[in-house]
Amino acid sequence: MQLEPTEEQRQILATVRRFVREEILPLEAKLDPDASELPKEDFDRLTNMVRAMGFWGLDIPAEYGGAGIDLVTRALMAVEMSQHRAGLYAPCYGVFGSAGLAQLYEATEEQKQKYLHPMLRGEKRGFFGLTEPSGGSDPARAIRTRAVQDAGEWIINGSKVFISGADRAHFGLVFARTDAERGRGGITCFIVDTDMPGFHVRRIVHTLRSSHYATELQFENLRVPAANVLGEVGRGFAIANDRLSRQRIPYAAACIGVAVKAQELAIEYAKQRETFGAPLATRQAVQWMIVDNEIDIRTSLWLTLAAAHKADSGQPYRMEAGMAKLVASEAGGRVVDRAMQIHGGYGMTKDLPFERWFREMRIRRVGEGPNEVQRHVIARDLLGAGLR
Amino acid sequence: MAIRMEKPWIELTSESVQALPGQLGVFELADRQGRVVCIGFAGGRSLFGLRSELERALRERPGGATRFRYEVNQQYMSRHRELLMLHVADHGALPVVNGADPPPGLGRLSPL
Repeated sequence: MQLEPTEEQRQILATVRRFVREEILPLEAKLDPDASELPKEDFDRLTNMVRAMGFWGLDIPAEYGGAGIDLVTRALMAVEMSQHRAGLYAPCYGVFGSAGLAQLYEATEEQKQKYLHPMLRGEKRGFFGLTEPSGGSDPARAIRTRAVQDAGEWIINGSKVFISGADRAHFGLVFARTDAERGRGGITCFIVDTDMPGFHVRRIVHTLRSSHYATELQFENLRVPAANVLGEVGRGFAIANDRLSRQRIPYAAACIGVAVKAQELAIEYAKQRETFGAPLATRQAVQWMIVDNEIDIRTSLWLTLAAAHKADSGQPYRMEAGMAKLVASEAGGRVVDRAMQIHGGYGMTKDLPFERWFREMRIRRVGEGPNEVQRHVIARDLLGAGLR
Repeated sequence: MAIRMEKPWIELTSESVQALPGQLGVFELADRQGRVVCIGFAGGRSLFGLRSELERALRERPGGATRFRYEVNQQYMSRHRELLMLHVADHGALPVVNGADPPPGLGRLSPL
């Protein structure tokens, strides 16, 4: 069991830390405090720097041109990459590349040529269409969008909500019910082109995040070729589920990165800010907040790294990934809240990053599976499916 | 919630601008014929929020703007994008001022 980063990991983390401090923070200081995108010239320049460092495509398998990094190192990098104002949802503003829709790695060769490779080259964008107005945490029961076969095609009718990026996407993965009698075995995943008649982005769903929004979709007799079924008919639920556990690890790590930065700022401020003739850092009330922050950060970090280690060593890790996501998202919220309290009035302003982290960290308890569902999954693993 | 901004227009004068709140939000500018010529927002770096942005509009009169309407809105960035997309959906193009410097990656809406 290895509890210290390797020398190679130390060097990688030092490089990423320097990149965030020297490249990201100065640019961010000029952007709107809610911004999630860099100007194109800065994005292109930094993406080229990241490619030169060999870190582009962290979540892309090496055989597709990705960095080929193990999940423990990926989690440690995510902690560093998120230590800036936009870092929770836009770590380093995306210049390290995105895996896009991981489900497409299971696509047919023809589908990969049409969708996966253009997506990895940045020529096409995709969206993930699972959640419906009837629910998202229990897709096996909640999915009411229907797909029926007709003359070698599928006709899709229904709606989706809380879908990110659909208004800018060229295609998406849409999960629809193809067999009303078969529960999770009756769900199929379709690759849908957004320029097809019958595909509608009906409205934007505004959230606590200002620069990012979700969308609500409607499908009206949307015809999809049979060749656009991803995987097998009736196996869509497995495709939807596969991506979730792995993604929860960097998701948790980003919460930790923001918490680390909030703690760093809180300590710095507590040492310099004086009240009643002495620094805040001398007050027990403030000391305890800082101690509790550190306990929250370290607890989350070890759980997240333990989950990543299990995944890297090929062991089942669904429960560990769920715990990491649950603990890090709740701990991150507490740390940001305490750091705001230590900063007093300034902590509430857009001059500092806390108010953005506070809003965005709240979403983390719901995103990637609500924490109540994580507890449900953990209970099922501990007690067995019959006793949950 | 109505997704289009349907508030009455206000004449773009120094008196009306001085009466504006210093809060964050979005605004539309229209010309004398009532055509929307610009959709903008007052973000977190605006010195006095909507008032500062509309003061600038008063000085520069982009697109020949003579009137405005606004919403105080903390989600100013996503609301701004929404208004731009709605304008494209309704009129087939961005307002003239936004069209001269189109925002990158603007999405598509087909509202009911």
